[in-house]
Amino acid sequence: MLGEGILKGMAETAKNFFGSYVSAERLTTVEYPEDRIAPYEAARVFPFLVFDSKSPSNPDAADWEAGLRCVACQICEKECPPKCIFIEKSKDKKPDAVGKPQFYPARFDIDISVCMSCQICVEVCPFEAIKMDTVFELSTEDRFGGLLLDRKQLAKSNEYFHQIHPTEAADVDDRLSEGRAKTEAKATAGAIAAAIKGAEVPAPKPPAAKPTGAES
Amino acid sequence: MVEKLDQIFVLLQHWLVGYLPAGLQPLGGVVLGVVTIVLLFPALFALTTVFERKGLARIQNRLGPNRVGPFGLLQPIADGIKSLTKEDIVPLSADAAVHFLAPVVLVVTVFMGFAVIPMGRNMVLVDIDAGLLFYFAMGASAELSVFMAGWSSRNKYSLMGAMRAVAQMISYEVVLLLSSVTVVMMTGSLSLTKIIEAQNHYSWGLPHWFIFTPWGLAGFVMYAIAATAETNRSPFDLPEGESELVAGYHTEYSGFKFALFFLGEYLAMFSISGLGTTLFLGGWSAPLASLQWVPSWIWFFSKLMMSIFVFIWMRGTLPRLRQDQLMNFAWKFILPMCMLNLMVAALWHFMGGSWLRWVLCSAILIVAYAGMGFGGLRKKQIGPRRYRYAE
Repeated sequence: MLGEGILKGMAETAKNFFGSYVSAERLTTVEYPEDRIAPYEAARVFPFLVFDSKSPSNPDAADWEAGLRCVACQICEKECPPKCIFIEKSKDKKPDAVGKPQFYPARFDIDISVCMSCQICVEVCPFEAIKMDTVFELSTEDRFGGLLLDRKQLAKSNEYFHQIHPTEAADVDDRLSEGRAKTEAKATAGAIAAAIKGAEVPAPKPPAAKPTGAES
Repeated sequence: MVEKLDQIFVLLQHWLVGYLPAGLQPLGGVVLGVVTIVLLFPALFALTTVFERKGLARIQNRLGPNRVGPFGLLQPIADGIKSLTKEDIVPLSADAAVHFLAPVVLVVTVFMGFAVIPMGRNMVLVDIDAGLLFYFAMGASAELSVFMAGWSSRNKYSLMGAMRAVAQMISYEVVLLLSSVTVVMMTGSLSLTKIIEAQNHYSWGLPHWFIFTPWGLAGFVMYAIAATAETNRSPFDLPEGESELVAGYHTEYSGFKFALFFLGEYLAMFSISGLGTTLFLGGWSAPLASLQWVPSWIWFFSKLMMSIFVFIWMRGTLPRLRQDQLMNFAWKFILPMCMLNLMVAALWHFMGGSWLRWVLCSAILIVAYAGMGFGGLRKKQIGPRRYRYAE
């Protein structure tokens, strides 16, 4: 019969209309600022810099600057498709998270008004230093300065990383400790070898010039 | 007391006008009536926008606006302030004068329509003999303003929206007129007060509204469809189909001019619902003889709000039509049904008071509806769409 479908549809919407007053389960939305849906573990917004609060270089938990994993290798800066990362390499070297002397970023800025949340910086970083954050309430009145995050604003602790992405953070920690154990073993082996060979051969240079992910 | 409450606005008007010198009294009465209409219906518009948003939200299992004021009731004030503070942009290549005039013409002509609609017993601004004709003349000039807006904007979306609007409104104007003509045939008058008088009597406690007759019901349904199309409401909102045409004819309007278009659309909805109420639902008359003590204006406005609710309900339910479906529906289905309905109304009139006319008139309409429906559905090929030229 002509018009039957329309009547069926009207009945359906009427059911929704009255049902939404009767049963609260029907209401699929939440009232945002007061009620929130817990973010999914895979959620990502903008990148942040991870620092280790308890590491050989940073026994004092509060010092984010010493604990930064970033060594200013500038790979992420070069790979970033919209070019929203700006890094200035330091002139001197400081011991990094595993205690090796490394460069560190004198400046590390991310312009989140340009960033497109592609996560390429995270994928290319060999030091597990940059990860994706889940903070999304970033509105500001200053659209230039307020959206340009410097390294202090970007630095967040490894504990925070564990909090927002537990699985990924655990994987990262495993990889890092594995790498650390490997370098330690190599160092001890090198020391033993050097001790055996004595003064005959000068000790080999540590492979710090081109670091890879396993070493850091 | 009941009588006083019924006539409270009329008495109020007389009392206020009584303070004026005798020579100015007729003018003063008219000005007072105009001011009341110009204030009342925009206020109703403001409330309706909230209720529409809340109703649509409930249909979609959401809560709707609930932040500004209690239950979000102050939302229209926030919206109004927002549209007032927005920049008024006129495109460089637009025809500035026509671009400015279009929303004004729309709102003015829509307001003119309210002049002849009786909103209660003795509550009509100007009771002219050809009230219905005046209403349709005013309603038809809304098309003009829509086309002014689309043409003067110099934007392809605006122009396409305006073309669609004009095609649609002219097609459905015919249906609107022909479905109303049955009422005129029955009452023998174009005066809206006379039309209500013809419906305002009761047998066995039930009213003699035209919707309770076979031709009246058919006419009302067709009137409602045509009214939806005339006011560009969903599912006939092709002229402003935002998924295709940005916003149709008001794409290039911003700020308060856009708000005027919005206001015009809702006012048109009110006035066309008011006219439909007057023609088929007995205007301000009570639905039961025992309820006649309730003031007449309460009945008029509750019927009006009921029709607005149905408009919103349809908007929440139906998807938008395609242009060819819209035109086919108007010219191939509703228009023949309208013609038939005219015949049925004539038959009803000439068959006198016998019960046979109920059976015969209903049978003719039902058979025609079912036959055209089945015929139309059978011929429809369901399958992939074929394009004649684009393949």
